[in-house]
Amino acid sequence: MANWIPLWLHRLSSPPTFYRFAGTLRPWAMGLAIVLGVIGLVGGLVLAPADYQQGDAYRIIFIHVPSAWMSMFIYAVMGVSAFIALVWRIKLAEVVAMESAPIGAAFTFITLVTGSLWGKPMWGTWWTWDARLTSELVLLFLYLGVLGLYHAFEDRRQGARAAGFLAIIGIINVPIVHFSVNWWNTLHQGSTVNIFGHSKMAWDMLWPLLTMTLATKFYYAASLFRRAQTDLLDLESGKDWVRKIAESEADR
Amino acid sequence: MNALQTFFAMGGYAAYVWPAYALFFIVLIADTVAPRLRRRRILAELRARLARQSARHERHSIPPPSD
Repeated sequence: MANWIPLWLHRLSSPPTFYRFAGTLRPWAMGLAIVLGVIGLVGGLVLAPADYQQGDAYRIIFIHVPSAWMSMFIYAVMGVSAFIALVWRIKLAEVVAMESAPIGAAFTFITLVTGSLWGKPMWGTWWTWDARLTSELVLLFLYLGVLGLYHAFEDRRQGARAAGFLAIIGIINVPIVHFSVNWWNTLHQGSTVNIFGHSKMAWDMLWPLLTMTLATKFYYAASLFRRAQTDLLDLESGKDWVRKIAESEADR
Repeated sequence: MNALQTFFAMGGYAAYVWPAYALFFIVLIADTVAPRLRRRRILAELRARLARQSARHERHSIPPPSD
């Protein structure tokens, strides 16, 4: 193991320690996700004014754009964890990579369907083979490919290794999704929000969008913690610490 | 039309806005429930395995492994 990795990170990657750590943080992450989600939705659905061009249809943005950002963010987390798992053989990195895949796939699916529901009244079509939409669909297939490959092997660690390779190769698609609206002529509108520059959006609409973005980030953390905990129980089901959990929950 | 009706009408786009929000919540709720069910199944299977093991040990009067 490389000695530049801090000791606490080393300890944290031990399954029982991470199980406790995730169990402590998960309720906070879920609580923040729900509170921020409620605030963001009230701001977006009730307080924000209607768009002067799109009327109330634009309100889909408050779930569509945060989900789209999450679809790319989670892919990046999955790719980096898969890389760490392949290079340093850290079991926890493997768990994080493989348990991120279903959450990422869920957000990608939401992005595609809500985008379709937004496209119909605005563009007059549910779907078009434009660069942004196509690359997002490829992202969904990458997630499904990672999940399929992972479950195709009898030995789960072997499956995780194969799926990890696919996850790493697929990272190339993330910048393609992001820059597709600049690189090609697309029907999809360009970026409205710019973190480092001036956003082309009124503050009344921007703050609910950013709040929803934070809410989805915390949701991902909560969901990942829960999934990683569950997966660690499966992975270590012969170990003493898992046995204790199984026995203590039998009484309930 | 009162304020609530106006809100639900979404300026005529209700048929697009509300299904989008419904899908968002359905997918995320499914994503939250799935690992809970898996956790319950894993622990139930483990308990069944432990029960079988201890029954076997009792039959052969071997003390259970102390690991």
